[in-house]
Amino acid sequence: MNLTLKIWRQKDSNDTGKMVSYNVTDISDHMSFLEMLDVLNEQLVNSGDAPVAFDHDCREGICGMCSLQINGEAHGPDRGVTTCQLHMRMFKDGDTITIEPFRAKAFPVIKDLVVDRSAFDRIQQAGGYISVNTSGNTQDANSIPIPKADADEAMDAATCIGCGACVATCKNASAMLFVGAKVSQYALLPQGRVEAKERVMNMVNQMDKEGFGNCTNTGACEVECPKGISLTTIARMNREYLSASVTKD
Amino acid sequence: MSKLDSKIPGGPIKDKWTTYKDKINLVNPANKRHIDVIVVGTGLAGGSASATLAELGYNVKAFCYQDSPRRAHSIAAQGGINAAKNYQGDGDSNYRLFYDTVKGGDYRSREANVHRLAEVSGNIIDQCVAQGVPFAREYGGLLDNRSFGGVLVSRTFYAKGQTGQQLLLGAYSAMNRQIARGKIEMFNRHEMLDVVIVDGKARGIIARNLVTGEIERHSAHAVVIASGGYGNVYFLSTNAMGSNVTAAWKAHKRGAFFANPCYTQIHPTCIPRSGDYQSKLTLMSESLRNDGRIWVPKKKEDVEAIRSGKLKPTDLKEEDRDYYLERRYPAFGNLVPRDVASRAAKERCDAGFGVNKTGEAVYLDFQSAIERYGAEQAKIQNIENASHAKIVELGEKVVEAKYGNLFQMYEKIVDENPYKTPMMIYPATHYTMGGVWVDYNLMTTIPGCYAIGEANFSDHGANRLGASALMQGLADGYFVLPYTIGHYLADDIRTGKISTDSPEFEEAEKNVTDRINQLVNNNGTKSVDYFHKRLGKVMWDKVGMSRNETGLKEAIEEIRSIRDEFWKDVRVPGAADGMNTELEKAGRVADFLELGELFAKDALNRNESCGGHFREESVELDGEQKGEAKRDDVNYAYVAAWEYTGDPKDAVLHKEQLEFNDIELKQRSYK
Ligand SMILES: Cc1cc2nc3c(=O)[nH]c(=O)nc-3n(C[C@H](O)[C@H](O)[C@H](O)COP(=O)(O)OP(=O)(O)OC[C@H]3O[C@@H](n4cnc5c(N)ncnc54)[C@H](O)[C@@H]3O)c2cc1C
Ligand code: SF4
Ligand code: FES
Repeated sequence: MNLTLKIWRQKDSNDTGKMVSYNVTDISDHMSFLEMLDVLNEQLVNSGDAPVAFDHDCREGICGMCSLQINGEAHGPDRGVTTCQLHMRMFKDGDTITIEPFRAKAFPVIKDLVVDRSAFDRIQQAGGYISVNTSGNTQDANSIPIPKADADEAMDAATCIGCGACVATCKNASAMLFVGAKVSQYALLPQGRVEAKERVMNMVNQMDKEGFGNCTNTGACEVECPKGISLTTIARMNREYLSASVTKD
Repeated sequence: MSKLDSKIPGGPIKDKWTTYKDKINLVNPANKRHIDVIVVGTGLAGGSASATLAELGYNVKAFCYQDSPRRAHSIAAQGGINAAKNYQGDGDSNYRLFYDTVKGGDYRSREANVHRLAEVSGNIIDQCVAQGVPFAREYGGLLDNRSFGGVLVSRTFYAKGQTGQQLLLGAYSAMNRQIARGKIEMFNRHEMLDVVIVDGKARGIIARNLVTGEIERHSAHAVVIASGGYGNVYFLSTNAMGSNVTAAWKAHKRGAFFANPCYTQIHPTCIPRSGDYQSKLTLMSESLRNDGRIWVPKKKEDVEAIRSGKLKPTDLKEEDRDYYLERRYPAFGNLVPRDVASRAAKERCDAGFGVNKTGEAVYLDFQSAIERYGAEQAKIQNIENASHAKIVELGEKVVEAKYGNLFQMYEKIVDENPYKTPMMIYPATHYTMGGVWVDYNLMTTIPGCYAIGEANFSDHGANRLGASALMQGLADGYFVLPYTIGHYLADDIRTGKISTDSPEFEEAEKNVTDRINQLVNNNGTKSVDYFHKRLGKVMWDKVGMSRNETGLKEAIEEIRSIRDEFWKDVRVPGAADGMNTELEKAGRVADFLELGELFAKDALNRNESCGGHFREESVELDGEQKGEAKRDDVNYAYVAAWEYTGDPKDAVLHKEQLEFNDIELKQRSYK
């Protein structure tokens, strides 16, 4: 198929940036979306132009690096997939496709389609851990049984890949789904309960400091999340936060 | 006289590590504050090492090329992690894990290292649970296990199909705690481009800031390379797009010997290539071979009909199918080790029986499993005279519960429903057992430069067992390196900060900038990918699953000429300052073009078949094992460690003779 691409080009963080149109031809529907962009980039390099910069690494939906807003949707029109897992069979000959970076105040653009998501790292540094030393002198792994249902639910929350689609999708650019997922994982495990209060307070404070917006329960994040992280994680975080605020000092 | 000293401690194998730990030098906590350590890489190996070293009190500087340490390629590991916990009470022990690993590696690994790995394996699981890693559990609340290929016990711990992700997020959380304390300084989007040697010791690195393009000097008292494997030398592999050999290769060029580069694991069950635009290959977990049967048609005319779409595989009669693994290896059938399964698939496809348009695919069929499970379910649910359709429906549910996520992944990529039509699979490059040579302390031949995780060569010999790479990465980082590095750093407590204002840093920085300038000013006509694809094709055709003298000699020449052309004609648009993704790729491919030659040279030198390395000249000539790989313990029971002397072609071979005192050497048989 032949396509018209409208792509956000921005030289660096100081540049204002603009949309630029390109044409690609002979795109096979077995290609992944990023392979289609590879074709464009090969074309650009061969004509001596700068290729379009975009983040990607694993190309199998797990590293969380890829991050494109495609026709206005985070990770594009398919559901339950990341950009790298999106295939061209979702499009048809003659389509015009708009490709932009994930937009949010807390995710400044570095170049073209590449954004800075280090705010997510800083939220994790504020409390996304259990304070055990990695000395090897911990107790036996089976000394605390954990109900299977809790372990499974913790696992579901833990599958967040930190891509930021929830933020890019939310009209308030809220990071509640991302933070809720981490808080929930630990809240569901006995090992994580010990520091539960400090954790939720610190992570939420950091989230606010980074400039993410408030959650107004539109639920858009859950729809676009490639890993199916559930809104119940936000509800659990709110409960944790509330109980931490009332019981703290 | 060889320069290699493996520094294996004396005494019985089971006491070596304990005795060693009792005797080594320690650094007192107050002094650790004055010692800096650089860790290149934040995967399971680098992430766990950074966190632990920081916790012990060292000042750690950690580097990764992604935008966050959490995205290292360890994140993609699916199946699980081994540990000799014996929770299942099925007779597992440290010794058995040690034995399985040495045997699985086709007797080409170092006994003492592997035994230590087995000893610390149990601790890894304790540690990860304490960190909040949500491993799968049984209804009673205890940890669940599954089995992997090549072993007779259930010792694999897992977190759904995302074990690597959960373990890495555990290590990442431990790092975050230390980043928050200021004990780890994290450098995201940075690429290490050289090691700096001062007075014969590794004292720092040169790194490029991938956002600004700045070339930076970083000093430390020791440098740890944890940069992962080099499977991308084949262009197509299951590795991440950015996985590279650069960090390891730069260390090699500065004096670190590179060991067994030719030991590569080609994984039998990956989604086949669909066209020339293909950028990477996707793994379908080994666990599928428990229930899937592998076959191709018996007759060429059926192959043709299938390729042209006139015949559906499901319509082919049972007697017209060749279940070649079951035919050739009746004892192990579809569960032969990875290397054997891969070669058998290649043999059938080379003979013209490949079932897709490219001729490079075989079927992995779940039909019998679906019917078997369905019939079993019908019985359990007391459904009398269940129809075939009902049985299939019940069976598909069982298969979905076991492999649902993999089936969905397959369907997303291939657009075919694997419940209804057999999957198509083909082998792909997956893991590199070779790597930087290290001694028992995990130190390379450069004093103060260490290599851990997939980047080193140490524990898997010529073939790695499933679920053992994650174990090794975390063992190295959490439990081994933190001890061994202390022994070395104990001499550095009075050294003080290492200055970056020295001729050595100057020279290394110039080395890096010159090369970058050469690339951006080259004004050639071909893209980086053009050369990478050509290199990949030579590697795959001549240094792939099956290798021979003629092919290897040709490969060496071809790689050299691609390398010459690359430097003459590569085109890297854009500038050296600022983000330049083509420039990043160009640097990595330039290094692959050197490594590729050493790789082929090593394969040529090793005129035996062992593990993932198959030499057509070295096969059993008669008897039951006719045509199977033949190891040569008399001439090749050594580690081939190569010293760089200015050109891969002139690399000097050093041999570390392997001694097997605790395990008897045997030829593997799966018949
Ligand atoms: C698809 C897949 C599935 C797998 N499944 C399993 C499994 O189920 N069980 C198992 O045991 N093993 C599995 N493996 C193997 C295992 O995942 C890897 O061997 C292991 O994770 C490697 O870890 P590592 O820490 O050594 O390196 P990696 O995780 O690859 O990390 C490398 C790090 O180095 C950094 N880096 C690299 N070069 C540079 C540079 N020049 N400058 C700065 N930083 C650099 C990267 O940014 C990254 O942080 C699988 C592998 C693949 C590809
Ligand atoms: S919650 Fe979902 S959308 Fe948000 S970062 Fe995690 S995986 Fe991405
Ligand atoms: S590239 Fe890793 S999730 Fe898309």
